[in-house]
Amino acid sequence: MPIEIENVTYTYMPLTPFERTALRNVSLTIEEGSFTAIAGHTGSGKSTLVQHLNGLLHPTTGRVMVDGADLAAKGKAAKNARCCVGMVFQYPEHQLFEETVAADIAFGPKNMELAEDEIDKRVRDAMEFVDLDYEKYHSVSPFQLSGGQMRRVAIAGVVALKPKYLVLDEPTAGLDPQGRERLLKKIVQLHKKEKVTIVFVSHNMDDIARVADQVVFMNQGEMILKDIPQRAFFEEEKLQAAGLSAPQLVKLLKGLRANGLDVETAAFTVEKGVENILAALRRKRNAD
Amino acid sequence: MLTDITIGQYFPGASLLHRLDPRTKIILLFLFIIDIFVFDTPLSYGLLSLFTVSLIYFSQVPMRMMIKSIKPLWWILLFTFLINLCSVSGEAFAHIWIFALTWEGLRQAVFICLRLILLILLSSLLTFTTSPLALTDALENLMGPFKRLGMPAHELAMMMTIALRFVPTLIEETDKIMKAQKSRGSDFSSGSLLHRVKSLIPILVPLFISAFRRADELAMAMEARCYRGGVGRTQMKALRITTIDYVAYGASLLFACTLVGLKVIGI
Ligand SMILES: Nc1ncnc2c1ncn2[C@@H]1O[C@H](COP(=O)(O)OP(=O)(O)OP(=O)(O)O)[C@@H](O)[C@H]1O
Ligand SMILES: [Mg+2]
Repeated sequence: MPIEIENVTYTYMPLTPFERTALRNVSLTIEEGSFTAIAGHTGSGKSTLVQHLNGLLHPTTGRVMVDGADLAAKGKAAKNARCCVGMVFQYPEHQLFEETVAADIAFGPKNMELAEDEIDKRVRDAMEFVDLDYEKYHSVSPFQLSGGQMRRVAIAGVVALKPKYLVLDEPTAGLDPQGRERLLKKIVQLHKKEKVTIVFVSHNMDDIARVADQVVFMNQGEMILKDIPQRAFFEEEKLQAAGLSAPQLVKLLKGLRANGLDVETAAFTVEKGVENILAALRRKRNAD
Repeated sequence: MLTDITIGQYFPGASLLHRLDPRTKIILLFLFIIDIFVFDTPLSYGLLSLFTVSLIYFSQVPMRMMIKSIKPLWWILLFTFLINLCSVSGEAFAHIWIFALTWEGLRQAVFICLRLILLILLSSLLTFTTSPLALTDALENLMGPFKRLGMPAHELAMMMTIALRFVPTLIEETDKIMKAQKSRGSDFSSGSLLHRVKSLIPILVPLFISAFRRADELAMAMEARCYRGGVGRTQMKALRITTIDYVAYGASLLFACTLVGLKVIGI
C-alpha cells in the first residue's frame, strides 16, 4: 500500500510572531516500489514535507496515511507504520554517538528488539551496503572517520532497520563526486534489488533525472508539479518558478536541437544521451 | 515541544517598552524588584500589580506569552503557597491532618506568590522587549565602572552574547538529533526512569560534540577577523538615552515615592 499525503498544511511555531507556514495544502501519493525525487530551492519545505512521512511532524491540517494507517493516530498501527519508514536526515553524520561504528549501526536494530545474531547480521549487511569494510571499521570510533565515512555510517544505521520505505534528505550533499556516485548507485540498487520504496530529496537535477520515476517540485511550501521525469524537466515555466533548472544533459540536447540537429531530448543518463546524439548524427548523415 | 521554551525569548515589536534604552530597563527592573520586596501592604501590592499589568499592556506582548513564562515555575509557586499556608501560626480556620491552616498563613501565602509572580512577569517583560544583543550591550555598559577594578566587563558581555546567541541554535540542534534518534526507534517518553535517562545518551553525546565543534569554529572565525577583546572597540549602534527614558525614570521615581508615602502614613 502507498504513502498518501492528503491536503497537508504545516505551520511552524503557530500563534507567535515567528509563525511560518512551511507547507500549503500538499497532496501526494508515493506508490509502493516507486522512486520519488523531491526538488526545490532552499527553504521551499522539502525537509518539512519528508518529516511528515514517518510522523516526526504531524500536519497542522490534513493527514498522512502509511499503508492505510493515519500516522497522527495513537495506537499500535500508527506506531508500526512509523517504523516501516526509514529516515536519513540532512547531514546525518551529526547524529552518531556510540563508541564504535558497529554499535552505532546496531542502535536502531537494538531498539527493534531483534535477536543478537540478527543484529550482527544486519550490521554486517548495512556496512557492506555502504562500502565500509567490516573487519577494518567495526571497532573504530565513528568520530575518527572522515566526513564522508561518517555519512556512510549514519546511512548504514538507517538501512540496518530494513525499512520498507526509505526517505533520504539530501544524502549526497557535501560528498566528493566519486562518493556521491557510489552512494547513488547503492540507493538505486536498494530500490531495484530489495524493492525498497525510495523518497529522495535533492538539489541536483542531474542525479534526480537519472534515478527517479516520479518528480515533485516544491516552491514556497506548495507543490507546483508532480510528474514523470520525461515530462517534468520540460516544464520550463515551472522549473523557473521553483528556481531550478533542467539537467545539464537535457539542456545540451535542447541546445543541439535548437541549432538544427534533430535529436531526441528526453535522455537522463549519459549513455542514453550519447545514444540519442549518435542516432541523430546517423540520421543526418543518411539524409545528406 | 522544545520550541515552547520562552525564557530569554525576544518578542520583536515597536512599543514604548521596546524603544526604551536597555540600560534604563535594567535599572528600573531593579528599582521595581526593590519596591516589591520593601512594600508589603495590600494597597501597595495592588498598585504594583496594576502597574505590571499596564506595562504588559503597553509592551504589546500577548498575555498568552506572559502566562507561558510563569508556567515552568508553577510547581514552585504551589509549593511556596502550601508551605506558607501551613507553617504560619495564628488563628486557624481549618485543620488538615497535623497542619493548621491560619488566616495569617493564607495572607502570607497569597502575598509571597504574588511577589514571585510579579518578579517573573517583570523580568520576562525585560527579555521579551529587549533583544539579547541590546541586553548584553547594556550590561557591558553598566559594568563599565568596574572595569577599573579589573573586572573583564567586555569579555563577560561577549560570553553572554555568544551564549544567548547559541540557545536557539542548540535547541534546534537538539530537536534535530531527537528526531533522528526517534527515527531509529529510540523512545524518550515511556519506560522506567532509568530507561529514560539512558535514552538521553544518544541525544547528549552528539549535542556536546556539535557544541564543541561550533565553539571551535566560532573561535577560529573570530580570530580570523582579528577579534582581540574589548580594548579600543567601538560600537555601530551606540546606546543612547532619549526623552522616553527620562520620562520612564521620572514616572518610576514618582511611583516609588508614592509607595514610600503610603508606607509612612501607614496604609
Ligand atoms: N524548526 C523550525 N522552526 C521554524 N521554522 C522552520 C523550522 N524548520 C524549518 N522552518 C522554516 O520552514 C521553511 C521550510 O524549511 P525546510 O527545512 O522544509 O526547507 P528545505 O526545502 O528543506 O530547505 P533546504 O534545501 O535548505 O534543506 C523555511 O522557511 C524554514 O525557515
Ligand atoms: Mg532541507
